[in-house]
Amino acid sequence: MNHHHPTLNPPAAEPPSSWPMIRALAGIGILCSLLIVSTWQLTLPTITKKKNEYLEKAIYQVLPGATSKKTFKITPDGKIEQFEGEERGVQRVFAGYDDQGRLVGLAIEARGQGFQDVLKILYGFSPEKQAIIGMRVLESKETPGLGDKIEKDPDFLANFKELDVSLDENAQIRNPIVPVKHGTKANPWEIDSITGATISSKAVANILRENTLRLIPVVMKNLQAFEDGSLAGNGP
Amino acid sequence: MNTDPAHLSTNEFIKGLWRENPIFVQVLGMCPALAVTNSVINAIAMGLATTFVLIMSSMLVSSLRSFIPRQVRIASYILIIATFVTVAEYFIQAISIELHKNLGAFIALIVVNCLILGRAEAFASKNTIWPAFLDAAGMGLGFTFALICLGGVRELIGNGTLLGYMIFSENYQPWIVMILPGGGFFSLGAWLLLFNWMKSRKERLNLAAENSR
Amino acid sequence: MSLPKKTLEIRTSPHLKSPIQTDTIMRNVVYALLPVAAFAVYLFGLAALLVLLVSTLAAVLTEHFLCILNHRESTIGDWSAVITGLLLGLTLPPALPLWMVACGGIIAIALGKFMFGGLGYNSFNPALVGRAVLQASFPVAITTWYPAMTPDRFSSLPASSLTMPFMKPVWDTVTTATPLGQMKFEHIAAETDKLFFGMSGGSVGETSALIILICGAYLAARNMLNWRIPVTIFAVVAGLTAIFHGISPETYPTPQFMLFSGGLMLGAVFMATDMVASPLTTPGVIVYSAVIGVMIVVIRFWGGLPEGVMYAILFGNAVSPLIERSIQPRVYGTTSRRAKA
Repeated sequence: MNHHHPTLNPPAAEPPSSWPMIRALAGIGILCSLLIVSTWQLTLPTITKKKNEYLEKAIYQVLPGATSKKTFKITPDGKIEQFEGEERGVQRVFAGYDDQGRLVGLAIEARGQGFQDVLKILYGFSPEKQAIIGMRVLESKETPGLGDKIEKDPDFLANFKELDVSLDENAQIRNPIVPVKHGTKANPWEIDSITGATISSKAVANILRENTLRLIPVVMKNLQAFEDGSLAGNGP
Repeated sequence: MNTDPAHLSTNEFIKGLWRENPIFVQVLGMCPALAVTNSVINAIAMGLATTFVLIMSSMLVSSLRSFIPRQVRIASYILIIATFVTVAEYFIQAISIELHKNLGAFIALIVVNCLILGRAEAFASKNTIWPAFLDAAGMGLGFTFALICLGGVRELIGNGTLLGYMIFSENYQPWIVMILPGGGFFSLGAWLLLFNWMKSRKERLNLAAENSR
Repeated sequence: MSLPKKTLEIRTSPHLKSPIQTDTIMRNVVYALLPVAAFAVYLFGLAALLVLLVSTLAAVLTEHFLCILNHRESTIGDWSAVITGLLLGLTLPPALPLWMVACGGIIAIALGKFMFGGLGYNSFNPALVGRAVLQASFPVAITTWYPAMTPDRFSSLPASSLTMPFMKPVWDTVTTATPLGQMKFEHIAAETDKLFFGMSGGSVGETSALIILICGAYLAARNMLNWRIPVTIFAVVAGLTAIFHGISPETYPTPQFMLFSGGLMLGAVFMATDMVASPLTTPGVIVYSAVIGVMIVVIRFWGGLPEGVMYAILFGNAVSPLIERSIQPRVYGTTSRRAKA
């Protein structure tokens, strides 16, 4: 720095060298933000529609007979509220209704540790039968050819046609779901495991047991709220 | 050497497909090449997404090349690439949720595919838009072609299918290792073996031809 | 190409000059494996015999053809391919389809040995490489066990053995669980004496601890096998298991059970001792074996699989160069590396 001879370094002759950099980065930043925002605007309706369709397909699959749905959430203090969208840590319950608007059952999201990573499943619960009437794996990273049999194996999926989760006189589940060795299922609350995918089938059973023990009593207590849901609003 | 401009531009396009193939010759972008090639459809999706990002970012980099100062060029390139990756991710989600789930985190990881930054730095920043486009398209398609080669072998042996269609009989015993990460290394190794063998054979033949002359 | 000599040069200590050649050692290892194989055939009958024959044949033929393809002299005369084939056969379940056995033999030699440059250059035990690829490819087939001592074992074959190549096997209804699998998934511990004499289900050759120990002792006595490796592995596995069993007898099995079940005996005596893939110095060998022992216990107790000997040994093989480098003997007459630094 030479303060005594300012004339040697006239400021006008040497423009601040950081200006082109700032200009370039800011310019590109603005251009890029515009691009991203406009793409987001453009694709958002389609993405929301696809996501909804994907979820709906799963719900109607685990609740045979349902033709419309309504989304609820269970608050931490055990209340049922109507809900739209998706939020971290929110326990969603989807009520499925038939053509006449009668409650067919409830599709409940459950998650837990699988063999490789978190398993996310959706199961259908019928209050009338007090049983699980369908199960679908939403997200899994189980080993291809082995653990992913929990999504495809017909014998395994047959477990969830009518899996008993009935309540006792204290409004708690009478027989928690248990996994048993392949071919030894004797009771309606047992899950027949897949040979060669023992760990993944046990994981599904454990997730369901934990989730049903916690939620089915709450859901049964608040059944009226779900039945009223069809009158208050409208599935798509 | 042919210096005719039309020939040169075809050359920019062709080189990425074969002679300078990103996977088989340059061995770049190994992360997606090994991670998402367990089926042909995933390989195609990943290849096309990468090609899209490569073409768009190369063209933008090329058109802004006099505007971007040397000191901040890498930051600018990454910004541009990341933008197009985000755009591609939205489009894939809009096309199919299932596909988006299959590709998972690897779409976002296109940003760090050194092939794209490499082309921006080595080619697009020094050339006009048209050659940059040809170079990017060639490299992108070469990359897609290589991923399909890998995915084809892995899906065929690991699952007995191609594009989901049963190729062998119903009773075919799949080699599960091929759709696991290990299979990615096996099939990449086999393809590299084949490419290097063909290259050395060609060199040998050329040498023999020269000697006989 | 005089590959045999090279192997002799990197034999573990003591470095005595002796007229023993690679093929002499290898031939003796084959002799030592024959009683194990014979007992396996007695236990599982025709199925085991065919598995052993096919795996050995596949290994030897692959070695021969790859040598020809590489324009070098065939190395099948050094008996090492026979050992690889026999060891691979001994680690497989007896009812495994024979086409899978053959693929295992080909992969063991091609991928486990030739890819690295042939005998003396392989960083992993080739037989275990073959078995690992089979395990990852056909996880169900390789964990479907056939019971030992079936009455018609010499007159008939399990239906799965003669499956058409590349087709899914059809399993006999009589399959069984291994003692380790029962322990892991059902918490049933088999009796130790039954395990010791080998009267339980399992892979072809991982059954009789007694015979494997006798054969190992023969090789150790002739100085063709480094006894420190199996002894350290046994000590580490038994010691760790004793601690955990002491803390929680319900959850963890007894040390005897751990030693005599599964492939531990076969692995520790015949596979971890692979001369090429294990370290050279005595301290190195001790560290290497301890690593294998710890890995076996960790995988068996807390892993997703009931048996971990194969992966433990492969892991040991993988870290063996690292061990070698960190525990390097001082060159005679020089100061230690640390003092120099």
